[in-house]
Amino acid sequence: MEVQMHRKRLVKTSLVAAAALLILSGCGNSGDSASDTNSASESSTASDNGLPKIEALQSLGAGEGQVNIVAWAGYVENGSTDPKVDWVTGFEKETGCKVNVKVGASSDDMVALMKTGEYDVVSASGDASLRLIYGGDVAPVNTDLIANYADIFENLKMQPWNSVDGVAYGVPHGRGANLLAYRTDIVKPAPTSWGAVFDANSPYKGKITAYDSPIYIADAALYLMKTKPELGITYPYALDQTQFDAAIELLNQQKPLVSEYWGDYLKHVAGLKAGTTVLGTTWQVNINLAKGEGTKVEGIKPVEGSTGWSDTWMISSKAKNPNCGYMWMNHIASPEANAAVAEWFGEAPSNAKSCDLTADKNHCATFHASDDAYWQDVYYWNTATEKCLDGRTDVKCIPYSDWATAWSSLRNS
Amino acid sequence: MLDSLATWFHNRPRVKLAALLTAPLFWLVVAYIGSLCSLLVTSFYSINSFTGNVIHTFNLNNFKEVFSNSSYHNVILRTLGISIAVTFICGFLAVPIAFYIAKIAKPRAQKILVAAILTPLWASYLVKIYSWRTMLEPNSGVIDWLLGPIGIRSPGFGIIGIIIGLSYLWLPYMILPIYAGFDRLPNSLLDASSDLGARNLYTFKRVIAPIIFPSIVAGSVFTFSLSLGDYITAQIIGGKIQMLGNVVYQNYSLNLPFAATISIVPIAIMGIYLTAIRKVGALSNE
Repeated sequence: MEVQMHRKRLVKTSLVAAAALLILSGCGNSGDSASDTNSASESSTASDNGLPKIEALQSLGAGEGQVNIVAWAGYVENGSTDPKVDWVTGFEKETGCKVNVKVGASSDDMVALMKTGEYDVVSASGDASLRLIYGGDVAPVNTDLIANYADIFENLKMQPWNSVDGVAYGVPHGRGANLLAYRTDIVKPAPTSWGAVFDANSPYKGKITAYDSPIYIADAALYLMKTKPELGITYPYALDQTQFDAAIELLNQQKPLVSEYWGDYLKHVAGLKAGTTVLGTTWQVNINLAKGEGTKVEGIKPVEGSTGWSDTWMISSKAKNPNCGYMWMNHIASPEANAAVAEWFGEAPSNAKSCDLTADKNHCATFHASDDAYWQDVYYWNTATEKCLDGRTDVKCIPYSDWATAWSSLRNS
Repeated sequence: MLDSLATWFHNRPRVKLAALLTAPLFWLVVAYIGSLCSLLVTSFYSINSFTGNVIHTFNLNNFKEVFSNSSYHNVILRTLGISIAVTFICGFLAVPIAFYIAKIAKPRAQKILVAAILTPLWASYLVKIYSWRTMLEPNSGVIDWLLGPIGIRSPGFGIIGIIIGLSYLWLPYMILPIYAGFDRLPNSLLDASSDLGARNLYTFKRVIAPIIFPSIVAGSVFTFSLSLGDYITAQIIGGKIQMLGNVVYQNYSLNLPFAATISIVPIAIMGIYLTAIRKVGALSNE
């Protein structure tokens, strides 16, 4: 009996303690929110374009001994994937900065990782870069501190996705198109159009794959832009409600055709290899990896054109190793490293001098590094905003957060 | 010195209790209840639609979205269905296995069998699920290769695949408590039942089942809650099927408050389940 009394009291005490903590944590949170809104309003008064005010690094100091990088798969290779593929070891020896890399699975993933403040540098695609800039997660880049910046193709510098109001926020890395992959031994005749992945009567039903990210909605929009002109889509990242609904409807029709949506590139490569997926959107690097494992697979840019990426190396506003971060950005933009990464990943390099250094002398021609006509119908990933990116002012466009909600809903229905 | 300290504590039982309990209680309250609380609080926040930063103002939009969007009804029902199916399959498989180990197997075999059930728990979860991927792969997988000739086809990646994978993963958590339950059941009770003329089935219904019921319930809490929160199995062998965990995984990087709202759902379901079995009295010790 007495034991029970004791136990009851104990339970009571712990409940009181828990309740006290709940209240405390509640207070802590509301305190946070107050200071957050304060700092936000401060920064918005500080600059009239809504940018958080963050200073760029003024001068380069000694390296901190390490640099933490968030990057796309294949961007930071130290020879562990393939002994011949290594542009990290030399950098580490030269600068004394140990490179720690965290591979981001998607742009959303990268934005989330950068928000933690644990990382110094990120290779951000266009659908992440502006979110990072306006979110105050990355700092402007002092391009004077990056010697190799001078050799970057002029038409990649100071673009809407890597600068705001004439302030550079990063170093262009390279660009490429999302390709249509197909197993050459199974898919016959070879596809030429994105229609192959949207065709309800496809003979490859149940063996088609799609990229598991809200940004894939733009691929559907691009297809509609070319096949349903009456919708009036001019830019796949600027969709009003009608256009957006049409894209979602197309994706809903596609769903029964899809075997797996891929987010993890290794699982995607395994799927291609095993033949559980034989057709679908991919990156050149995946095709290279699958071919390396003996899979008969090719990738093309279909007639409709393609979505794609133009990536930017950016530095965190909370970087703990800014000097090593700058050294890395300079290194990865150097002709040698830029050529190596462009060739490994299968993309067009950003440094004009890289083209002389690739192992395959035709690399720059194959990937159209300076062929502006080729990039005409490649729509680089961008962050959709309520203000239409194609310049329309009479309608409201669907912002990216709603793309995400729609994608989540599509995937779970 | 140490002696005097011990005496001092001995004379003050309350201080002793406090000293013993401070650390674990601190852990429980801060790490466990604290994180649950912050999860709950976060679920009422929203995000800036452009930068994805969390806006700390209280609103119910996330809950409205979960309750009004039929996609999320589907995923909740699907996850519940999978968890229930896994729990039942584990239960049906575990009762005879546990009965055999506890009551029929010889003492030596008993030890080996218990070890055999425990060994899969030492292997990594990922390794086990990836090997199920090679098993289930349509056309080229092990199941199709082995059983194809006799007309049994692999169900492929999907709900059935997930149920098979999860049932395999959580089966030991069901067997062990039931085995412990059977172990406590005196053989004399079974003998008495048969002496009084009860047949096997009747003995099972009237003698065995009531005694091991709490063990089954304990096992079901494991299998049910583990299935409810799982997302890796669905990711690897689920094809395009998503479970609640996948929705959290999908949203946490983009919309943390919404992910928090979704993770409230399995917690609420578990809360209801635990309350229900408490009402039935299965958790009380006799």
